[in-house]
Amino acid sequence: MSRAVEESNRAMLRARDAMDRAYAEPLDIPALARIAHVSEAHFIRTFRATFGETPHRYLQRRRVERAMSLLVETARDVTDICYAVGFGSLGTFSRTFRQIVGESPSDFRRHRVAPTNVPSCFTKAWTRPSSFG
Amino acid sequence: MTMNAISRSQIYVLDQDEALDFYVNKLGMEVNTDQDLGFMRWLTVNLPGDPEREILLEKPGAPALDPATAEQVRELLTKGALGGYLFMTTDDAHKTHEDLVAKGVEITDEPTERPYGIDFGIRDPFGNRIRIGQMFPRTA
Repeated sequence: MSRAVEESNRAMLRARDAMDRAYAEPLDIPALARIAHVSEAHFIRTFRATFGETPHRYLQRRRVERAMSLLVETARDVTDICYAVGFGSLGTFSRTFRQIVGESPSDFRRHRVAPTNVPSCFTKAWTRPSSFG
Repeated sequence: MTMNAISRSQIYVLDQDEALDFYVNKLGMEVNTDQDLGFMRWLTVNLPGDPEREILLEKPGAPALDPATAEQVRELLTKGALGGYLFMTTDDAHKTHEDLVAKGVEITDEPTERPYGIDFGIRDPFGNRIRIGQMFPRTA
């Protein structure tokens, strides 16, 4: 391990933090690669090597996790939530949500209850749908 | 026997001078102890007015850790996966957030009102996570 790997890790973490912070904004790979100060291809490859999934997938999970939270904690309608968490179309949102969570947003809302008073940073990290099994 | 306080906690940092600059000059903490013990630099900080609760800013390395293990610690730390996690409280989350943004601190989570208070997240220069919250009074 070299200091270069540590710098690379921190750059990837900065980009991931940007996704955590600004998930609702139209983040794209060029913008994220700029935050990490690397080329787009390098960014996608290195992010995946660092965190085990592509930046696109991470951002999708982050947005779906926020949507899950809004579905159980608020009465806002699904379309409203879809745009609020950063998706550009209801079709993409529904498809992605189902693919990640295994059911539709409205089915999810029907049988889930809001988590208790645990700090939201933990709820966010631990309820985020995972592709790691 | 009753234990009655959490008095000292530890996180790993990659560079103690850089850590001092961040925790003291940016976060507004105070140096509690900065002593060269020969085998290590014992560096602790505390929040102003609260010297009974110190955080040790420890550099991973020999002789406590073999070189390969120290490298693993550094790698996990920079990935944000080491688990170093500080929670601090403030009386005004929005104002504190504003101050830290002005100082260039990395924000990981914007201030959000939650059932327990208003809190936000920042990251230290090495990858440690810090939460800062303006907590509402606890209901019994």
